[in-house]
Amino acid sequence: MTSRTQQATGERSRSHGPAAVSLRGVTKSFGAVQAVRGIDLDVHPGEIVAFLGPNGAGKTSTIDMVLGLSRPTSGSVEVLGMAPREAIGRGLVSAVMQTGGLLKDLTVAETVEYTASLFASAVPVHDVLRRAGIEGIADRRVGKCSGGEQQRLRFALALLPDPALLLLDEPTTGMDVEGRRAFWAAIRADAALGRTVLFATHYLEEADAYADRIVLVSAGRIVADGSSAEVRALASGTTVRAILPDADPDTLRLLPGVDSVEVRGDTVLLHTRQGDDVARHLLNHTDAHDLQITAQGLEDAFLALTGHENDAATSGSTAAQESSR
Amino acid sequence: MTSTTPLAIDVSARRVPPLGGLNPTLLKLELRRLLRNQRTVVFTLVIPVMFFVLFGVTPSYATKHVDNSHGNAAAMIMISMAVYGAMLATTATGASVSIERALGWSRQLRLSPLNPAAYVFVKLIMALFIGGISVLAVYVTGIVTRKASMPTSAWIWSALIAWVGSLTFAAFGLFMGYLLPGENVMQVLGPGLALLAFLGGLFVPLDSGSLMQQIGQFTPMYGLNNLVHAPFYGRVEAGWVVNVVIWLVVFSSGAVWRFRRDTARV
Repeated sequence: MTSRTQQATGERSRSHGPAAVSLRGVTKSFGAVQAVRGIDLDVHPGEIVAFLGPNGAGKTSTIDMVLGLSRPTSGSVEVLGMAPREAIGRGLVSAVMQTGGLLKDLTVAETVEYTASLFASAVPVHDVLRRAGIEGIADRRVGKCSGGEQQRLRFALALLPDPALLLLDEPTTGMDVEGRRAFWAAIRADAALGRTVLFATHYLEEADAYADRIVLVSAGRIVADGSSAEVRALASGTTVRAILPDADPDTLRLLPGVDSVEVRGDTVLLHTRQGDDVARHLLNHTDAHDLQITAQGLEDAFLALTGHENDAATSGSTAAQESSR
Repeated sequence: MTSTTPLAIDVSARRVPPLGGLNPTLLKLELRRLLRNQRTVVFTLVIPVMFFVLFGVTPSYATKHVDNSHGNAAAMIMISMAVYGAMLATTATGASVSIERALGWSRQLRLSPLNPAAYVFVKLIMALFIGGISVLAVYVTGIVTRKASMPTSAWIWSALIAWVGSLTFAAFGLFMGYLLPGENVMQVLGPGLALLAFLGGLFVPLDSGSLMQQIGQFTPMYGLNNLVHAPFYGRVEAGWVVNVVIWLVVFSSGAVWRFRRDTARV
């Protein structure tokens, strides 16, 4: 996971093309609240990247900066080697936002025609209607469309300029399972054409199923970055639970493969990839008793990676609950 | 994973649209939205025409000559209702930005190449269009009902001043649209405009030297109301022009200030 931080500068970028998204030391504060606390990220052309994290992790703040809707407090944001606004002006970046952004008094086709007219060149209206699967409701007023239909309309709008980079902020919020599947099928088919896709989500299985790469964010920082398989490897592992009075977390953290230690009164919870070794150590070398070993799922890993940083814990568990629906 | 996946899209071939994204399709669709909005149609056509017929055509005083003027009462009231309708129309059009902000459409537009200034320009064009329709509707009613009487030049000049002068209220509408939240700005502005119309002497002429006139002369409709009747009475006062200019500056500056804040990247 270290080879990802190539600098997209100089001759190299000329031959390979610049990074689709390049964030360098990006922070964002709203008054006293630090939403983003230092993010470095390169997204390469053609990648499908999931920006995964609990609510309030800084996903939307980061996406807003990539879209040029807000400026970083410090650090730099580049999109395809240029400033975000410039990339937007050239129709190189599109976004599908969570909600809103549509006029109720226009029809579906008029909304697409309106947006198409704003770009220097755009894909024909009926093409994007077809690709988004909404040609059948082209003459329907937007106000009369269901949530899923409106979301596919937003997707159609995003396709219009034939963008090199597509950003999706929680794109399937409020969609039923069927709608979600149809939506992602359309996105995948589209990304196969070489488009870069960066999507924010708090649905674990959505990131797992549709992304080439998962960037896990928590409390404004990247806490894990790798392929779906790599993040799943982090996820696999076990939790060893035991009664151990006067436990010293710092010592326990040094045990084989231990990622996190939690002390609740006399009970300790250790997350580790080497559960047997940890259990053996606890029983042989400490006073630990009533020991339990449980396998850890993806959700536990998500919590382990995002939850142990102070305030993110509660929202992390909420996200995991939602994702398990 | 390697980073050499070729980009299917030629980044260097992409251009920024001319005129900040302004184009005929945009104007066509904005116009269609405007005419689709029944509330706008009621504000701009039905109310002023109805008021004119009620207070300017049917009463017995309609054909009476107005002292120190070139026409009769019907003509005077026709001018008042035309400018009132135009002001309602332009204010409503300007204020429609608040609905678009509430719906998140403004944000959506910021993800397109459309320059925010071009967007405001479109709103002003729409305001001028609908304001013109409003003036036209009242004046056509005046011609058809055959009660209003004044010199032809006064018909033409008063209509033109009403139309162009109503732009002041397009700026007012934009200012309020960017200032006030929510989808129901016109429910606040409608009664507000009626109050301003009374203070400006639009519904009932202000007696010179009265308290109402003393206060009213500083309100935004006072100058325009007098200017629009200038061809009818055949006289102009500098104070009317000053009133219109000052309020135009106030509303435009307010609109620019709020607009900048709205589109600022924080």
